[in-house]
Amino acid sequence: MALTLPTVRIFVPGDAAAVSVGADDVAAAFEAAGAQVVRNGSRGMLWLEPLVEIETDAARVGFANVTRDDVADLVEVVSRRSHSDLLDHRASIGVVDEHPWLTSQQRVSFARVGVVDPSSVADYEAHGGWAGLRRALSLSPGEVVQEVTESGLRGRGGAGFPAGIKWRTVLDTPSDLKFVACNFDEGDSGTFADRMVVEGDPFTLIEGMTITAHAVGAGEGYVYVRSEYPHAIAALRRAIDAAYTHGYLGADILGSGLSFDLHVRVGAGAYICGEESSMLESLEGRRGEVRAKPPIPAVKGLWERPTAVNNVLTTCAVPMILADGGAAYAELGTGRSRGTQVFQLAGNVRQGGIVELPFGVSLRELVEDYGGGTLSGRPVRAAQVGGPLGAYVPATGFDVALDYEAMAAAGAMLGHGGIVVFDDTVDMARMARFAMEFCSIESCGKCTPCRIGSTRGVETIDRIIAGKDVAANLVLLDDLCETLATGSLCAMGGLTPMPVLSAYKHFPEDFERHIEPHDIEQSGASR
Amino acid sequence: MTTASTTDRVALVRAIAAQHLSDRGALMPVLHDVMAELGHIAREDVEAIADVLNLSVAEVHGVVSFYHDFRTEPPAAHTVALCRGEACQSVGSQALYDATVARAESLGDGVEVAQVFCLGNCALGPSGTIDGRLHGRLSAQRLDSLTKEWH
Ligand SMILES: Cc1cc2nc3c(=O)[nH]c(=O)nc-3n(C[C@H](O)[C@H](O)[C@H](O)COP(=O)(O)O)c2cc1C
Ligand code: SF4
Ligand code: FES
Repeated sequence: MALTLPTVRIFVPGDAAAVSVGADDVAAAFEAAGAQVVRNGSRGMLWLEPLVEIETDAARVGFANVTRDDVADLVEVVSRRSHSDLLDHRASIGVVDEHPWLTSQQRVSFARVGVVDPSSVADYEAHGGWAGLRRALSLSPGEVVQEVTESGLRGRGGAGFPAGIKWRTVLDTPSDLKFVACNFDEGDSGTFADRMVVEGDPFTLIEGMTITAHAVGAGEGYVYVRSEYPHAIAALRRAIDAAYTHGYLGADILGSGLSFDLHVRVGAGAYICGEESSMLESLEGRRGEVRAKPPIPAVKGLWERPTAVNNVLTTCAVPMILADGGAAYAELGTGRSRGTQVFQLAGNVRQGGIVELPFGVSLRELVEDYGGGTLSGRPVRAAQVGGPLGAYVPATGFDVALDYEAMAAAGAMLGHGGIVVFDDTVDMARMARFAMEFCSIESCGKCTPCRIGSTRGVETIDRIIAGKDVAANLVLLDDLCETLATGSLCAMGGLTPMPVLSAYKHFPEDFERHIEPHDIEQSGASR
Repeated sequence: MTTASTTDRVALVRAIAAQHLSDRGALMPVLHDVMAELGHIAREDVEAIADVLNLSVAEVHGVVSFYHDFRTEPPAAHTVALCRGEACQSVGSQALYDATVARAESLGDGVEVAQVFCLGNCALGPSGTIDGRLHGRLSAQRLDSLTKEWH
């Protein structure tokens, strides 16, 4: 079977990660050669990017780490030879859908990411899009809320709050005006799933928010995106325009009588604006200072109206739940952690990327089997799970199951599902210092323990690293952490002790390197 | 800057702000548009925005000063922003950042080296942006080759 260039679709990811290692140059080279290029999302096998896929009648064949210089050769193979010749090419990784890294996963939220053309409404529909919205519009708002409650869906932004309960509160709070606000601030280091799902499958977010609007009785929605994500912002704006054109947004959606307008708002480089009340302040055009609770946003959110605030991944699980039923989603997972979690493997890891699996997989399986160990080839020493406010887990503790409850029992948290791997060259006292520094830089400034305490924390750890009064300073550090944990208005100050104290608990040798012998007895107090 | 260009600037800022008058919470979009058009938010811009949006100067100033993205001075000729997030640190971004700050002038005249905390490219670190464009797997050598036109 001969392939000719113009009839063959060539997929070159437009995902920011792929672009960061040259995908735009590759796409331009294919286009210059007359190829029909689709800028898909990334399959999430990020160590293979740019991962180019060439579609034959049989399947999509993948080529890893393609550079501009490889394009002429690939064009030649495509235009003159057959499916089997593509598979034999030196850069080929075989049929992408058969890659074991993907086939062993259970992709629900990421089912379409990397597969579809993110700019095409028709492609979205052909891959099961809008089925959830159609079903939701045939149900009453209360029935939709019930379906989400039955699914067991919990917030993926970090706190794990049941989505159905939140929606019920918004639905039951009477108001002339209600809002849906999507938290796309994704500030945690080691996380990129929100970004990738929006870049690779933006209509899912739009569909999820429209279903939310119907369920809670909202007429207006806002997506709050961090400014560090220009590719995602562009993809989302393009998709929103297309959704309006095709009647999936705006007045009388699909003839149902539902009206819903969706706006994109861009953050401005403040980590704290991921905290939901700070995000609402920012959306209203103010400094991103955390609001005291109560009232909760579900009762008084944007412009004092009931507002359903959900993370991107929470929202993106909704269309599937409505399409297939809450029970189907609840069948996945373990204990009170239902459904799948999109894990993100990052940092010093050989095979980084997206691993979507039901809750309950072990950290070891993710880091060793999927991740393939460290990028440096050195032994793994620790992983930080759940972002900058998450705990450091030592390699000896990797058998912990990744669900909300098991992680909490292990003194850690799942957060947004980011896993950052470190090899044995990491200095954990420096990472503890960084946690305090990050808090001091990103604190909204509203409460003293967080604003001042974090700066004191940096100074204290500096003295420990310098070997000055180590024992006394370790006691001081412990006191500071206690003050932060108990005296902070939000989890920024409240959870900064988590990385600091877990680093000390599991790696005291990094803190006590310069300790004097007589210090040792006293330092036990702070552990 | 001449008086004429200041007047032009204020007129432009007022026009930008006026475009957002019907938006809820218009201030952030207005500030982003001014940054995109003019590169920074000057004192007279704050006054013009406050006037058009019917806010106090203190309110607008408070918002400008809260967010890292909003700058009140013109930007450098070129900017390298390197990620200091934990994932990038695990593959050596701190050393790359420190070294790049120390040798900023070796990349070209008027180069600003800034820090960022996570660009969502945490599996392909060290990450950074060069004049706004995202790059992964950065090293001193890659920085040199990506900025070679700056000399
Ligand atoms: C300091 C801080 C930062 C946060 N950052 C984010 C974020 O970037 N994205 C997010 O979805 N939630 C973030 N959260 C959690 C939100 O406050 C909130 O729980 C979430 O948006 C609710 O949506 P969900 O129930 O769908 O998770 C953060 C919380 C804190 C305390
Ligand atoms: S803990 Fe920190 S970030 Fe949170 S409200 Fe207080 S000062 Fe602001
Ligand atoms: S930590 Fe550097 S890109 Fe995320």
